[in-house]
Amino acid sequence: MSEAALVQILSDDEIREIEEEAAHLPDRKSAAIDAMMIVQRYRGWVSDESLGAIARLLGMSVENLDSIATFYNLIYRKPVGRHVVMVCDSVSCYVMGADGLRKAVEEHLGIALGETTEDDRFTLLPIVCLGACDRAPTMMVDDELIGDVTPEALEEIFARFA
Amino acid sequence: MDDTRPLIGIIDTVGGAVDRLAYESHGGYEAARKALGMQPDDIIDLVTEANLRGRGGAGFGTGMKWGFTRGPARTPGGKYLVCNADEMEPGTFKDRYLLEYNPHILIEGMIVAAHAIHAETAYVFLRGEYHEPFRELTKAIDDAYAQGYLGRGIFGTDINLELRIHRSAGRYICGEETALLNALEGKRAQPRQKPPFPPASGAWGRPTIVNNVETLCNVPGIVRNGADWYHSLGTGDDAGTKIYGVSGRVNKPGLWELPIGTTIREIIEEHAGGMREGYKLRGLLPGGASTDFLVEEHLDLAMDYGTIQKAGSRMGTGTMILMDDSICPVDMCRNLEHFFAQESCGFCTPCREGLPWVEELLIEIEEGRGKEGDLELLDRNAMFIGGVTNTFCLHAPGAIEPLASALRYFRDDFEEHIRQGKCPYR
Ligand SMILES: Cc1cc2nc3c(=O)[nH]c(=O)nc-3n(C[C@H](O)[C@H](O)[C@H](O)COP(=O)(O)O)c2cc1C
Ligand code: SF4
Ligand code: FES
Repeated sequence: MSEAALVQILSDDEIREIEEEAAHLPDRKSAAIDAMMIVQRYRGWVSDESLGAIARLLGMSVENLDSIATFYNLIYRKPVGRHVVMVCDSVSCYVMGADGLRKAVEEHLGIALGETTEDDRFTLLPIVCLGACDRAPTMMVDDELIGDVTPEALEEIFARFA
Repeated sequence: MDDTRPLIGIIDTVGGAVDRLAYESHGGYEAARKALGMQPDDIIDLVTEANLRGRGGAGFGTGMKWGFTRGPARTPGGKYLVCNADEMEPGTFKDRYLLEYNPHILIEGMIVAAHAIHAETAYVFLRGEYHEPFRELTKAIDDAYAQGYLGRGIFGTDINLELRIHRSAGRYICGEETALLNALEGKRAQPRQKPPFPPASGAWGRPTIVNNVETLCNVPGIVRNGADWYHSLGTGDDAGTKIYGVSGRVNKPGLWELPIGTTIREIIEEHAGGMREGYKLRGLLPGGASTDFLVEEHLDLAMDYGTIQKAGSRMGTGTMILMDDSICPVDMCRNLEHFFAQESCGFCTPCREGLPWVEELLIEIEEGRGKEGDLELLDRNAMFIGGVTNTFCLHAPGAIEPLASALRYFRDDFEEHIRQGKCPYR
């Protein structure tokens, strides 16, 4: 594929947002993480194809960009479900029953940590302290933080995410 | 402004998140106006005199840190101010509260700090999962730009300040300030060789000051009311207030802005409402997951940098995690070391290989497969991994603090696991 075609994998909106970030930084490569997060916001994850296009756009090698991508846990190099569920497994939540909550979530969704439901609705991941330890145990669904979670509340919580 | 609780008192006064109008009607942005009329060096002297110490965990003198950038006058884009809003230390939830409920105090603190160090560009390095703080801070920054408090010629002066948010993509190590700078530059967040320290060579090789959210939020009050007032807020050796937090099985988990040096007992019993019925306190991590356990005998100690250090721990972030008598200390250490092993950046061997090994051994002991001699092996490896000169950054020594102290204070529990061949708490 030509360079132009490679970059064209990205939408105009994605390119515009990436360029906006790059314009505020001393060099284009510094926008690498922002760029991947932007593309992920549109597509749910960062495919090899997207990665190649971003690398071209920022003038860096795919290998270099991938080594950055794989360092960060919030950049997904595999497809995820429509909603990402993260259950906090750090110490305050542990003290307040995070293990039990995780098991209840796994049971409710019928998947284990790292898996996606068959209907592609939910992906379940562990997460470190969400900075809401006074509301432990906590979890996050997409952008929404939920504290003081009880197994009984799960049904109602998940129903809100179609 | 609430003169005894300058950081978060206003949130209670206003009854929720503080927007710009509310902030300004309580004296907000007066300090910025005042500071912009001061000589940068005088601001640094004032902050030094106030004895403001970093609230990100290490307690380094803020004025002294800023002073390292003294020298050549303003060169456009020449220096950077970075606010460390990565808050990922397990058990810590204070910066989230400030960002979400009082974002303008951070912006004002950053305006003052940037002027003091001659920076025209500032970044807030915000952890990726902080969506609510991102929304609130973005709103506040947009508003400040619209008012001419940020941008070119701020407050009608000839001073410029661009303020941008960098949203992180995860990993605890990003909070370490040199790893943070690599992340800000769009690279893998591996810590850098020190020296040079960031005030000499930081973001993109330029002099850079990295400060914690809470540290910067202390600055407006100091500028407005002076160093003497700031000293009068604290008890003991340290100055100002501190946001203390408690999580675990207490009646009212939460956070409170109190005179720095308030005792642990007062924080737990008066503010957090004491232990829940049926639970006894056995130990606590005073300032996040990477601080040594303290126990009953320490409850009357003042939560300040020197006192907690003398007791063999660190005040850290000041948000304590309580371990009650239903929790197995071995299993709690397993939880902590799982976190630290997972979050190692992988650069140096004692951390990358040592922490997973420690986690494995803790699992063996917890699950009843511990052997005679395992504890001595743990002791020895803890000493090796925790040696501050044995690893490239302070991640590994921090990781070992709770474990090494647990091996001292809760040794019977560890031994009991090995003797009984099972966890006595299950
Ligand atoms: C592994 C590790 C993680 C850290 N995480 C944070 C953090 O999340 N937030 C923070 O403010 N400081 C963190 N620090 C401390 C920073 O390196 C730095 O000392 C601090 O941001 C300086 O700000 P202060 O002087 O205002 O406290 C961390 C340090 C280490 C070694
Ligand atoms: S101590 Fe751990 S986190 Fe720090 S540089 Fe070494 S491997 Fe990375
Ligand atoms: S430990 Fe779970 S939110 Fe902090």
